[in-house]
Amino acid sequence: MTALDLSPAPAPAPAAKRIVRHGLTEARLLSRNGEQLLLALVIPLAILAAGRFANVSMSLDLLAPSVLALAVWSSAFTSIAITTAFERRYGVLERLATTPLGKSGLLAGKALAVIMIMLGQLVILTGAALGLGWRPRFTALSALVAIVTVILATATFVCLALLLAGRLRAESVLGVANLVYVILVVGGGLIIPVSRYPAALRPVIEALPTAALGEGLRAAARGLVLVWPVLVLLAWLVAAGLAAWKGFRWTS
Amino acid sequence: MPSPDSAVRAADLVVKFGGRAVLDGLSLEARTGALTAVLGPNGAGKTTLVRCCTDLIRPASGTVQVLGLPAGSRQLTGRIGLMPQSAGSWSGIKAVELLNYLAGLYANPLPVPVLIERLGLSDCAKTPYRRLSGGQQQAVNLAGALVGRPELVFLDEPTAGMDPHARRATWLLLRELRASGVTMMLTTHAMDEAEALADHVFIVDRGRVTISGTVRQLTKSGGTLETVFLSHTTARAAS
Repeated sequence: MTALDLSPAPAPAPAAKRIVRHGLTEARLLSRNGEQLLLALVIPLAILAAGRFANVSMSLDLLAPSVLALAVWSSAFTSIAITTAFERRYGVLERLATTPLGKSGLLAGKALAVIMIMLGQLVILTGAALGLGWRPRFTALSALVAIVTVILATATFVCLALLLAGRLRAESVLGVANLVYVILVVGGGLIIPVSRYPAALRPVIEALPTAALGEGLRAAARGLVLVWPVLVLLAWLVAAGLAAWKGFRWTS
Repeated sequence: MPSPDSAVRAADLVVKFGGRAVLDGLSLEARTGALTAVLGPNGAGKTTLVRCCTDLIRPASGTVQVLGLPAGSRQLTGRIGLMPQSAGSWSGIKAVELLNYLAGLYANPLPVPVLIERLGLSDCAKTPYRRLSGGQQQAVNLAGALVGRPELVFLDEPTAGMDPHARRATWLLLRELRASGVTMMLTTHAMDEAEALADHVFIVDRGRVTISGTVRQLTKSGGTLETVFLSHTTARAAS
């Protein structure tokens, strides 16, 4: 048996290496998880296919950006809430917070994992939508606003996910995150344009971050620039960020 | 950086959850280079103490110094190893993947293949964590706490779930660690573990230290460590 030199020699790896290492590990674990793949790709692809081949009263012009919004919602909220809740339950967060990765590195690594997963989703779903006949009319400005909208929405959803994962038991998070996912997919203006909801509900729905993302992307894909979704998302990000900062618990 | 005499110094720690004091004025010191055992019944506050030392819980009052610095100091980065009581691992990751990942967070990690061999994990290195036996999971957790070559290791019930062979192998490893200059603080319910390993024992009950000393000092009146434990702690429901 080879001898093991157990004498102390503690030294952290460079910060960037630690964060990339964590991001790659977490992205690999997420991509292996069948339930996450269902949320991340199968459901959005099924909606796209249904929109193209079934008799759905929504053109690809509206449906494709809606499905991209859905992908952001599923990866940045539902997936992060559930995985983080179980990381908290299993003591993963407790262990990693004491490694050189630390709390801030853990958050940065998690953000990197979400970005990698989302980029993969957006490339595959955009490719599928283009293949099905989607012809977006982005302008330089509307594309820029769409990118800002996606970044703000991602940050907001991750903060909301961390708040949920940091407060409730893992089993409760599993139920609540899936329930909120479905409720806001149907009633949150994410896939269905706000104009198709009853007039009395529209002001409420427009104040939701999911509607801001959906409406922002639908408009941008048609070459239009909407400012209000950016403002709504900014307000949600400030509130959710503060709540997550104060409310997140590392241990269960 | 020279090591202070006390690797851990907790003074008058108070932690409350929902109005209930989990730590109620707990004070203790763990000597540098020694193995300190913290014994106590379920709910006595052992895990909460470890979490205060690793800055996962901020006490309502009192202070914790770790390696001469306030708990959570940036200068402690990488110098502490933790074997948490719960799994401390993603359920779907392979043992070797987890250890390679953790090793990658450090500049001078232990060689993972040698560590895996030393802990008897060679046959299950590519098994997902959730499919490992309880004892194998504990061995992976221990490896994860040691891979960064820390100065100080917190071991929260390190041999729970291990069979007698694995327990003895772990004890041997902990003795080697001490001989190599690693300071350890372990929490346990197991009297034989404390008797076999500890340089100093603190018995904790209801969030405070009720008695402390070496095993010889604690048992000098003729009782066993277990009788000392029973007479200095109260029975309570597991929490």
